[in-house]
Amino acid sequence: MKYAYFPGCSAESTARDLYLSTMAVARALGIEFTEPEAWSCCGTTMAHQVDHDLSLSLAAVNLLKVKDMGLDMVVSCASCYSRMKIANHEISTNPKKREIVSAALGRDYDGAVKVRHFVEILIEDIGLDAFKKALTHSLGGLKVASYYGCLMVRPPEVAGFDDPENPVYMDRLINAMGGVGLDWPHKVECCGGSLTLTRSDLVVKLSESIIAMAKDSGAECMAVACPMCQINLDMRQDDIFKAAGRRYDMPIIYISQLMGSCLGISEDALGLNKLIVSPKEAMNHVRSSVRS
Amino acid sequence: MPIKIKREAAGQGIIDQVKALSGIDVNACLQCKKCTNGCPVSGFTSSSPSEIIKKLQLGAGEELLDSEIIWVCSSCATCFSRCPMEINMAEVMDALRARGAAKPQGNMPLMNKLLLGTIKTFGRTYDLGAMVLYKAGTASYAKDLDKLPMILKKGKIALLPPHGADKKMVKRIFNNLEKTRKKST
Repeated sequence: MKYAYFPGCSAESTARDLYLSTMAVARALGIEFTEPEAWSCCGTTMAHQVDHDLSLSLAAVNLLKVKDMGLDMVVSCASCYSRMKIANHEISTNPKKREIVSAALGRDYDGAVKVRHFVEILIEDIGLDAFKKALTHSLGGLKVASYYGCLMVRPPEVAGFDDPENPVYMDRLINAMGGVGLDWPHKVECCGGSLTLTRSDLVVKLSESIIAMAKDSGAECMAVACPMCQINLDMRQDDIFKAAGRRYDMPIIYISQLMGSCLGISEDALGLNKLIVSPKEAMNHVRSSVRS
Repeated sequence: MPIKIKREAAGQGIIDQVKALSGIDVNACLQCKKCTNGCPVSGFTSSSPSEIIKKLQLGAGEELLDSEIIWVCSSCATCFSRCPMEINMAEVMDALRARGAAKPQGNMPLMNKLLLGTIKTFGRTYDLGAMVLYKAGTASYAKDLDKLPMILKKGKIALLPPHGADKKMVKRIFNNLEKTRKKST
């Protein structure tokens, strides 16, 4: 299967581990990814918080590149996913916006490129049966709280990802890998996202309530698919300890890293060494499932 | 709690400007408060999404831009997702931020400006560059400094600016939009 893969800026910086593990999993499953040439930033949160037309145009210039490739766009970063989907929605439903964006780009774009999340193509295109067949290892009953956050699921009429209040795509992958996808209530709460530097006090409070709920639900680790969620939940656990006195030691692992480990890919190749809270204990559950 | 607004001269409210900026009509709001109940930050600040809407309906003016929630809204869109009248409150917040850009509260606008600056220069975001400038701009070097050694050791952030993007095209987008805006004002 062939797709245009949009890495996004975090792939080269704070979410190198998400990028490495996504690419490794794709390779192991025979998915062919081609990056759009000279791709640029999708605009992410700051562009839409400052200027909507800029936000739509920064996303659209990349969508136009993918249109020329004649492929669907696959994204592994929740923020890029959201911005691309919103740009497509606005441009295809609002002729005035289409005109503004086309003038900014110097070329018309109709908003028609299909944008998919990596988790979506695994469930919808590859399918759980084929995914299971490719597995060499099992999660060995590891209890995982899947955390989807905001940008994959909201707003639902634009994102169109799974169920916006109780998504289960990541849970289905975890169960397929022999883990236990926990039913817990904070799957789509907000971690504070881009407020991480400007209002870290709020990010600490919001992240704590999410991690505490995961812990109390029996989670041994959390699975994420958004670079902003990953870094907030992972990096702020010391601050949470200082502010609230509770130490969680909750590993915050990308879903692609969990998948990679069950496809027999080495921990270094999946960037597991980049996680701040050690995933060692959680990863000790992983065992070979190949019958000898 | 009663909702009060300052008395403005007729037609001084900013509800029409919000509609012009966002295309969203907040008059459809029923005050069911699902937005506020789902809002992750309204419990930590003095206002709430439903209160902002009510004040807009009552004809509030520039005073609304002083509400801290505008500058701590994380754009999570829970409000819009759960609104029975499908009011896109997340975009109303964007419009209020745009309207109040001249006198923002807190440091969110500075961070946004610095990150957008790196996109304009490199075509992609350069987190470390924006962060250093942010720390300089807010004189907050000590905050989060404890995390730096660990982040560097783990290679959790890129040291060098990004390269490889179509920088010319990105600059053109910024400049074209700037030109269109100048023409329309």
